[in-house]
Amino acid sequence: MSVKQISVFLENKPGTLKKMTSVLTEHHINMRALSVVDTKDFGIVRMLVDDVYETTNVLSEANFIASLNAVLVFAIPDEVGGLDKLLQAFDEAKINIEYMYAFAGKKGAYMIFRVSDTKTAEGKLAAKGFECLTAEEVADV
Amino acid sequence: MGNYFQQEIECAPREQILAMQNEKLLKQVQHVWEHVPYYRKKMEEKGVRPEDIKSVADLHKLPFLSKKDLRNAYPYGMLAVPLKDCVRIHSTSGTTGKRVIAYYTRHDIDLWEDCCARAIMAAGGTAEDVCQISYGYGLFTGGAGVDGGSHKVGCLTVPASSGNTERQVMFIMDLKASILCCTPSYAAYLGESMKEMGYKPEDIPLKIGIFGAEAWSEEMRRDIEATLGIKAYDIYGLTEISGPGVAFECSAQHGMHINEDHFLVETIDPDTGEVLPEGSQGELVFTALDKQAFPMLRYRTRDICTLTREPCSCGRTHVRMLKLKGRSDDMLIIRGVNVFPSQIETVLLNNGYAANYQIIVDRVNNTDTLDVKVEMTPQMFTDNVGEIDERRKALADGIKDILGIRAKVSLVAPKSIERSEGKAVRVIDRRKL
Repeated sequence: MSVKQISVFLENKPGTLKKMTSVLTEHHINMRALSVVDTKDFGIVRMLVDDVYETTNVLSEANFIASLNAVLVFAIPDEVGGLDKLLQAFDEAKINIEYMYAFAGKKGAYMIFRVSDTKTAEGKLAAKGFECLTAEEVADV
Repeated sequence: MGNYFQQEIECAPREQILAMQNEKLLKQVQHVWEHVPYYRKKMEEKGVRPEDIKSVADLHKLPFLSKKDLRNAYPYGMLAVPLKDCVRIHSTSGTTGKRVIAYYTRHDIDLWEDCCARAIMAAGGTAEDVCQISYGYGLFTGGAGVDGGSHKVGCLTVPASSGNTERQVMFIMDLKASILCCTPSYAAYLGESMKEMGYKPEDIPLKIGIFGAEAWSEEMRRDIEATLGIKAYDIYGLTEISGPGVAFECSAQHGMHINEDHFLVETIDPDTGEVLPEGSQGELVFTALDKQAFPMLRYRTRDICTLTREPCSCGRTHVRMLKLKGRSDDMLIIRGVNVFPSQIETVLLNNGYAANYQIIVDRVNNTDTLDVKVEMTPQMFTDNVGEIDERRKALADGIKDILGIRAKVSLVAPKSIERSEGKAVRVIDRRKL
């Protein structure tokens, strides 16, 4: 099952990320994973949170622009070649990765992937023995 | 001190000028009443007839003309003579459909060129000078008007027109040009280019600069004077009234003398239209007293300025307009191009953005910069950085297409643009003019 990731538009100037994290803190929202991509004048924050619905609401109330996107999350064994094996499967299934980022959970390392066709990719990777995590599982790691 | 082209008029006593104005105004109102139905209708609506205007003191009874009227009357509605009596047109830059066509008879051209000749001589020009004119020639009034004035003074005229900096420099150096006429921003650019080429101010034969068609600061004047080794003079004009030379700076360089024998000037409150006492800051309103083909009565310029009748050390008696304070409407002149915020707004809306934007104009190294901040909208946001950037570029290209100049477009957070009473502050002009 794919997981819903929240992407937030941030102007590239001091204090904007902090403003966003303050909103989340105020509403007791916990971030599970976070990645920031930036250009010269704007950035996008991508994150997994424990309460997607609440997060989109509070961010919009605070005048942030956010969108929801489906991403695939996989647990990676913390050993040499762990990511390589997973990417091998992507490669064989000819799945193009738009972007990816990693986060560490209590039980190990996890990779988040954004691909163009989430459903197809999910099926192909499952067939190769790579099961992605559900939202519940992500909340628990 | 000499330096007059028409001393008997330029230095005439106030009473004599006033008498001349009274006589010309009466004739002009009659001429317009008879030949410009558009204006006649405006007069009728206001309940004014030519016989109500007995002197300059009655001027305030006449209706105003604005750019909007000229657009309504496009192309022939303001024409007051048969086309066969016209010898030329000029036109405003009007990239926006705001183009105005002005018509000239031989007489109109003649008086306009007189005004430009007065400006050149007031700046110290004589028949001994080589006058390089680097204003654009063509529909723009800059080139042709000053060219005519230069001929009347008897200068060797170099009709270089604008652009091609290397050729400009070549003419200045090889022909020992002593007067340069162009926009102040082009003069600054030329000065910088010559500096880069290794010319020192003392190597450059130029002595006098006559710069106009855009607002410029005292700071910019000093910069240009230093890099080119010249004395720089301001000249003012607008196509609707004739072109450059409506007013010009003299050796005293404290305001520009308005050629009052041809152009009657008033200052009004831009909001109420009420005539202000001379000396108060207000919008300039011009009446062309003896132009035949395109005789503007009470044309609102939108230029905010103060007039003074303090005696001038140059001996001229004509009223002076002090440095322009800005425009009462929202048009910006950026790098010599007329820019309306509404044009940028149109491009935004066409590209899917909302009309939440801010235009920031600044002047860096004597060149105008144009920044456009646009608020991101949920519709235009995607998770893909490349795609957002593509859309931003498309927007910048759209602005370039419509304005002819490039803007730096940056995307900002929603509701981040400062608002005053709920409305976004559209324009911030940081140029110190």
